Amino acid sequence: MKKDNRLLPNKDMPDFERDYFCDAHPETVKPLKGFIEKFLNWARANSLWILGFGTGCGAIELRPLMTARFDMFRYGMAPRPTPRQSCVFVIGGYASIKTLKRIVRSYEQIQAPKFVLALGSCTINGGMYFDSYNTINRIDHYIPVDAYVTGCMPRPEAIIAGLRKLQELIKQGKAEKANEYIENFEWYKANQKKVIKDWNMPDYNW
Amino acid sequence: MMKDILKRLTEKFPISEIEEQRANMIFVTMPKINAVQCISYLKQFEGFTHLVMLAAVDYIEDGIFQLTYILHNYELHTDIGIRVQIDRKQPVMESIHTLWAQARTYQQELKEMFGIDFPGSPDIDEPFLLEGWQNIPPMRKDFDTLKYSQETFFPRPGRKHYDPQKYMKEKLYPDKEPE
Amino acid sequence: MKNRDREKFPNVLNGIPVIDLESQKFLKVWQGPQHPGVTGNISLEVTLSGDEVVDLKTHVGYLHRGFEKLMERRKYLQCFTIVCRICVPEPDTNEYVFAAATEELAGITIPEKAKWLRTLVLEMARLASFLMWIGGQAGALGMGTIAQWTVAQRDYILDLFEELTGARVYHMYMVPGGVRGDIPDGFIEHVEKVMKGVEKVLYDVEIALLNNAIFKMRAKGLGYISKAMVDEYGIVGPNARAAGLARDIRKDSPYLIYDQLDFNVITGTHSDALERTFVRFREMLQCVSLIRQVINKMPRNGAYYTHIPNPLHWKIPAGETYVRAEASRGEYGYYMVSDGTEYPRRVQVRGPSYTHAIAVLEKLAIGTNLADLAGLMVSLHTCPPEIER
Repeated sequence: MKKDNRLLPNKDMPDFERDYFCDAHPETVKPLKGFIEKFLNWARANSLWILGFGTGCGAIELRPLMTARFDMFRYGMAPRPTPRQSCVFVIGGYASIKTLKRIVRSYEQIQAPKFVLALGSCTINGGMYFDSYNTINRIDHYIPVDAYVTGCMPRPEAIIAGLRKLQELIKQGKAEKANEYIENFEWYKANQKKVIKDWNMPDYNW
Repeated sequence: MMKDILKRLTEKFPISEIEEQRANMIFVTMPKINAVQCISYLKQFEGFTHLVMLAAVDYIEDGIFQLTYILHNYELHTDIGIRVQIDRKQPVMESIHTLWAQARTYQQELKEMFGIDFPGSPDIDEPFLLEGWQNIPPMRKDFDTLKYSQETFFPRPGRKHYDPQKYMKEKLYPDKEPE
Repeated sequence: MKNRDREKFPNVLNGIPVIDLESQKFLKVWQGPQHPGVTGNISLEVTLSGDEVVDLKTHVGYLHRGFEKLMERRKYLQCFTIVCRICVPEPDTNEYVFAAATEELAGITIPEKAKWLRTLVLEMARLASFLMWIGGQAGALGMGTIAQWTVAQRDYILDLFEELTGARVYHMYMVPGGVRGDIPDGFIEHVEKVMKGVEKVLYDVEIALLNNAIFKMRAKGLGYISKAMVDEYGIVGPNARAAGLARDIRKDSPYLIYDQLDFNVITGTHSDALERTFVRFREMLQCVSLIRQVINKMPRNGAYYTHIPNPLHWKIPAGETYVRAEASRGEYGYYMVSDGTEYPRRVQVRGPSYTHAIAVLEKLAIGTNLADLAGLMVSLHTCPPEIER
């Protein structure tokens, strides 16, 4: 694979902090061929570990989902406390600008393969917050989204259906949005920087 | 009981308007200079020991902000709302953070959302709810949140808007005038 | 208190600790917003000396949606989709208080039956909120099993809501003028069945959690609130009642039909996290009793809705008011200003977490261990969305 020698400018960061962070440009990871990739995708699809970050009110339905009644553990899904251990990011509804900054940061910290499931109408087109000054309208302009679950708020059954859909996509090898993010990195960054006015973190959070 | 308190209040402070909303809820209006003194008096001597909230209303057409301090008396179970009008061009008010610890938070929010300054209040200039806000304070009436949202965020094309008033008239009572 | 080595503690100058991060005695840690130890999307900036908290600052605003601004752009009826989203675990208090404030300004009295139905929904929401909370409290102090029981039980209450109102989490049931529907057939039997299940789970919780030695040792003395602090910091609800002050809006200035129900104000004495758990636990049992009373005494017939003008052309007379109700976390209130048009001039929400999560938590956290911080925060029963709206 060709090495990408571009460096990130990190120009919005304070000078003394610039040395602490990696400035390498993120790279795409090509899927392997044939049987191996199929096997890996099967394994990935059956151990979806969800980042426990309740970004919005949709997080309230994750609680019943991970307890006795709906019990997502039977699908091999488990909540994890840190981005380093998880692979699914569930965006629980609307994202305010202050949260969006943390969403971007957490998303980039998740190691590939990574998938995003967005809950609620408000991540699709703003929903009832279309005219709010502090919530974004479309989450897919800031991070790539693999699957949406509609509703306000989606029921636990709907979230399970969404996660099952995500499993199917992974098994078919269609959940390659993490590479899409790197390919369109400049577009995503420009969108993110348009709303996050006080950008004081590295351009890519390794 | 409430009448006695009101009588004592009117003797001590220049109250311009008294509005009895219900039996246990009274609003009084007074000048800006006396307000903090009056609140302090109510807390110390009349048993209004609970600060319920501190709210601001933007009357842009009159050029004023109205601040409302709502205090609660746990013995009599009555509320008193103290209304103060401050100039919209120079929105400055005396701080009450020494009387209640949580007043600091209300004042911090008012500074951010309305631009009302409370000199001396701790952390008053720090952002509270917003981060990196560069526009005019968003709760002011002259801030258009729909316009800001359309310009800043990316509205998904195809979203339809119906004015409920017109839409319901067409669908439900096209010939009748609404009551 | 043991005689501790004060070397590692900061110097105190004029009552304010001097924290010099350069001296490397202190460590700054962010707990949240992406952290399992905080209640929802909120973050705590903790300064530590060893593992002891010497300074704490709460950062809010991660859930700020500008509701109060959005309400100024919406008609009174359209605001109902908004108000219930202000507090997610217990949306019905918001609906009730907003409806009551609108009715007071418009001069509407609601029929008797609607009052009973509203009380029923409010009590069910309180019970659901407490069941969610006790799972969090046990989890924060190291017992994940309790949440498996109580959150699952809460789900059956949500099923009842679905049967009554048509929605699971956001009900939008208490519209101005009454409620949206009558109780369906067979609902009373379902309520009784769920209440029996709740009682059974609570019995288990009492054995497993409230008699657990580890839980008791960790919660005892955690976050002591003195009586003097209660008024100074605006502490309300179960947190104030655990400090021994019998303050309950349902009893002090009864709204709806609370004056016809038989209940006592539950108070505690020790005022620490353990006592607050006991107080809330007894309130859960009280909720079950209140729901049964409402179900038994409720008039079976009668109107549950009174006629209001066309809500899309409804001009509310000018005026302002403040209406409050007792939520599971304490006093919940709406300050509403109308200027005689179809849109509210200003609506301000007063949530109990506004003081509990910021001023009170910042005060109580000093001196606790980092590991107990989550338990302390949950014991105050904070709910971030009502702080930032």
